[in-house]
Amino acid sequence: MTDKKIRVLIAKPGLDGHDRGAKVIARALRDAGMEVIYTGLRQTPEMIAAAAAQEDVDVIGLSILSGAHNTICPRLVELLREKGMGDVPILIGGIIPGADIVTLKKSGIAEVFLPGTSTQDIVEFIHKMQAAKT
Amino acid sequence: MSQPPKTTLPEEPLETRNPSAREREWEEKTLRPSLARSPERKPEFTTVSGYPIRRLYTPADLSGWDPQRDLGMPGEPPYTRGIHSTMHRGKLWTMRQFAGFGSAEDTNKRFRYLLSQGQTGLSVAFDLPTLMGYDSDHAMAEGEVGKCGVAISSLADMEVLFDQIPLADVTTSMTINSPAAVIWAMYLAVAEKQGADWKKISGTLQNDILKEYIAQKEYIYPPEPSMRLVIDTFEFGVKHTPKFNVISVSGYHIREAGSTAIQELAFTLRDGIEYVEWGLRRGLDIDQFVPQISFFFNAHNDFFEEIAKYRAARRIWYHTMRDRFGSKQARTWALRFHTQTAGCSLTAQQPYNNVVRTALQALAAVLGGTQSLHTNSLDEAWALPTEFAATLALRTQQILAHESGVTNTVDPLGGSYFVESLTNEVEKGAWEYIHRIDALGGMIAAIEHGYPQREIAEASYQYQLAVDRKEKIIVGVNDFVSNEETLETLQIGEGVGAQQTESLRKLRAERSSAEVERRLDALRHASAGSENLMPFIYDAVKAYATVGEICEAMRVVFGTYEEIAIT
Repeated sequence: MTDKKIRVLIAKPGLDGHDRGAKVIARALRDAGMEVIYTGLRQTPEMIAAAAAQEDVDVIGLSILSGAHNTICPRLVELLREKGMGDVPILIGGIIPGADIVTLKKSGIAEVFLPGTSTQDIVEFIHKMQAAKT
Repeated sequence: MSQPPKTTLPEEPLETRNPSAREREWEEKTLRPSLARSPERKPEFTTVSGYPIRRLYTPADLSGWDPQRDLGMPGEPPYTRGIHSTMHRGKLWTMRQFAGFGSAEDTNKRFRYLLSQGQTGLSVAFDLPTLMGYDSDHAMAEGEVGKCGVAISSLADMEVLFDQIPLADVTTSMTINSPAAVIWAMYLAVAEKQGADWKKISGTLQNDILKEYIAQKEYIYPPEPSMRLVIDTFEFGVKHTPKFNVISVSGYHIREAGSTAIQELAFTLRDGIEYVEWGLRRGLDIDQFVPQISFFFNAHNDFFEEIAKYRAARRIWYHTMRDRFGSKQARTWALRFHTQTAGCSLTAQQPYNNVVRTALQALAAVLGGTQSLHTNSLDEAWALPTEFAATLALRTQQILAHESGVTNTVDPLGGSYFVESLTNEVEKGAWEYIHRIDALGGMIAAIEHGYPQREIAEASYQYQLAVDRKEKIIVGVNDFVSNEETLETLQIGEGVGAQQTESLRKLRAERSSAEVERRLDALRHASAGSENLMPFIYDAVKAYATVGEICEAMRVVFGTYEEIAIT
């Protein structure tokens, strides 16, 4: 890992407005020394991919509680690949049924964090992932 | 007064305690040696909201408390003991399970099943596109149709939703906010078609836009036109549906967003005050429209804090209606509320533990004097509930009602030093917030400043840190962790979206587009003026204009709201 701050895009895709998780994670990652960009609500996969490219982020975190993950996530993976950003890992936090976790990981999602995950675990996961990259 | 070391006694409350000679003697002779032998488990004991709790409550904690004035009798001001003289001896709370998923047919089936199992009221969960005023075939609806609730795009869907359910007999709660007027018009149209008398039908429209800006964030229009729509429903309700609760002022979502109990109480009641002020400005009579306002609170994990919250809520509302607004009528003073157990307290880990959490939370709501109750299902940290899980949640209420004995007497905790003292403190904390928001110029001004949003974000972050540091234990999550059980969850396929798209295509082909256009145009014109919009919305609904079309007609006039995200 270099001294450069890890840049994370926290995004809230879909129509859902429950942003407690997204905001807590944004703050926890910032407190852990990362640079966090929060998109705000109601982002389409296109908007998220564009923001990721523009902000040149190292990691993308999506907060999804609405059940729309099976539509949103594969689309975002595809858009990032098109932009040549296929190596930017996507993490998901939220309400995701067990069966879907397997499918999501197969489709290119780096990790799914369920309710109850501690913020330290997520911080550590990102650090390890970045260390492995460099 | 002798002060024991700070590390062993929790902080004194703001007002000085004057313990009796007997209590001081107990402290010296019994407590001190006992603490010397075995110190307490923690230096400080706090509620789930972080509120400090004393070791022991005695009459010293109730100095200045007047049981005649502050407790009173049930069914009488200040309603601390409940709004009815017989409470749950007279009538049990309404068991109202929030349900909705997939298509209108799917949800109609679940409704009829729940009614057949002894549920006493309906409560509709709508999907996100409906909540945001989009039809199922809108681009923004992709992947979301029927996922978080039932997909309702037009009166045709609403007719299917209530098929074979007599609206004259069943009371229905509808969790809908920005498009509340539209969905309510659809409900009234179905009632009319069934021959149910509008003057007699009863139910609740959530219609609480303020807490959307504060917490749940399902808003469409800016605050001013949104509030106009809300007051339009108030005015329409007073005239046409006197038994319908036209709003359910909701603390539930504020709490789920991470607030403390005191914040939930204060922001909800201050929202209520805002609605009353707007209603009065419209020229409505306080004693006519306020009895159609109901409330909705969360039941979180901390048993006594929640009970204190409900008791304080009634007292604050009573004083506010009588003293601040000069209401002269008991029906206006009495705060009626629905409760839902805390979804955010449920864990994905060891999900069967959620049955126990929910039962305790529901017990707090019952002891706090709730009028209706939803108990969450054990699988809700994973998905929408299966029929099995939803049935167990309903059975939990039935066991409380019929087996536990807690309904045998009114306000069984009344007079407890602890409960009365905590009620006083929660009330005091809430008044402080209410006055602060008054000073900011009211709730809309406070929202525009980001004040309640920031308070909630801060509380939710502090709570997360306490959990991460294991200062707050969540069984199965940060302690007592064990191997995972697997859980069968409800799957909602992508088929609902396609099905809805097809039925919308048919609807648009079959209805009179000229008529729809004429009525939407009338709505657009009225939106630009100051008339009550309910009759225009009702007309559009009757011509089978869709939720999306009606919301769009107002969107072009009102514009949309974008928040400045606070992180």
